[in-house]
Amino acid sequence: MSFWNVTLSLWEGFQTTIFIFVLTILMSLPLGLVVAFGSMSKFKPLSILTRAFVWIIRGTPLMLQIIIVFYMPGMLFNIPSESRMGAVVVAFVINYSAYFSEIYRGGIESISKGQYEAGQVLGMTKSQVFFKVILMQIVKRILPSMSNEVITLVKDTSLARIIAVGELIRHAQDFVSDGLIWPLFYAGIFYLLFSGVLTILFGWLEKRLNYYKG
Amino acid sequence: MSLLEIKGLEKSFANIPILKGIDLTVERGEVVSIIGSSGSGKTTLLRCINFLEQADKGKIFMDQQLIFDAENELYKNADERRKSQLLFGLVFQSFNLFPQYNVLENVMLASKLLAKSKPDYKTNKKEILKEIESTARSLIDRVGLSDKLLNYPCELSGGQQQRVAIARALALNPEVLCFDEPTSALDPELTGEVLSVIKDLAKENITMIIVTHEMRFARDVSSRVIFMDDGIIAEEGTPESLFSEPKTERLKTFLGASFYE
Repeated sequence: MSFWNVTLSLWEGFQTTIFIFVLTILMSLPLGLVVAFGSMSKFKPLSILTRAFVWIIRGTPLMLQIIIVFYMPGMLFNIPSESRMGAVVVAFVINYSAYFSEIYRGGIESISKGQYEAGQVLGMTKSQVFFKVILMQIVKRILPSMSNEVITLVKDTSLARIIAVGELIRHAQDFVSDGLIWPLFYAGIFYLLFSGVLTILFGWLEKRLNYYKG
Repeated sequence: MSLLEIKGLEKSFANIPILKGIDLTVERGEVVSIIGSSGSGKTTLLRCINFLEQADKGKIFMDQQLIFDAENELYKNADERRKSQLLFGLVFQSFNLFPQYNVLENVMLASKLLAKSKPDYKTNKKEILKEIESTARSLIDRVGLSDKLLNYPCELSGGQQQRVAIARALALNPEVLCFDEPTSALDPELTGEVLSVIKDLAKENITMIIVTHEMRFARDVSSRVIFMDDGIIAEEGTPESLFSEPKTERLKTFLGASFYE
């Protein structure tokens, strides 16, 4: 098995990894904000329900959640899951929305009441206050914890192989059965490069928001 | 004809009465200072006037128009409240500038957002924005910060931040400008520059209500001083009469104590 063949195979798996990563980020970032609002709602039943949801999602292994999302429809309603990839993305989006929601909540609650009041006495609507005054301040504050979570996601994508989705690790593992161990280490380099790029990206974002304090 | 009229305002927090029936009128162009010890209800009164708190009882009139009635749900409606909120400007103790915007943007933000709801916004967008900017520039000039237009709040001293906050509060041209202990977060050196800006506004006949601990300033700038004690207005009058001949024991003690500060 030549180096070139291994590279090609890993590259194919890596594309699946990136696919899971990008879809999860795109959907769980906004969804997490919705969940955060739910858990902070003054309407008690909603906030209790949302917090219970976050507790369950954070309190059980993501691997188990993937299995449940994949097999549950078939077991309960006798509709077999057609798409393994679909199940993986759904499970990841649910899981990461829960984690992101807690980061958002921390950010939102760290903004002083005075900022809301300043907007209010200037006649702004609630949504104007949130989107024009508060949101940017939250983004700045949560960026470090977000970058942590996003980099964790890069490596969590490897859990997708539990329902036989051909992501990076699974492709590397296929070589192990042929007696080759080094493709696994090689796969590690792919993850390292990817998270390296993300680290640089987040560093750049933080710098861009460094023009003010507060 | 008084500009602002407050009748029978009451407010409790967790069943502890903070305001116990406030009646207050403010004439156009008048500068009313509110003094009193911490916990006497001065700040709560100011917050009720600015709709940051909702009074449990009482009415507020602006120019004879009813703008708040604790008995009537209509006045608790968010849109209604927002309309009335624009009649007042409020300058906070802790400035509360928006940190991600520079001085000019801080002053323009609310006007820009408000302009979007104007019917002719789309057709006259350029001119409207131009006018908002020139108003903002002249207000910033008025508080003496023309050279800081593009600076961010974190680059300004506390006194400069508070002056920007004053310009921001003036941007929507409120009927009554309120100050909640505007210099309490500043050291004495910076206090002076903020007070002198407020004094200039007083000369321009801007109607103001000022909650303050600066007795000398209250004496200099006010047309009327109100002494609050335990949720009521205990004494009121011209600065001369109030500071030179306090009638109640409570005010005598309060003034005595504040001279030793």
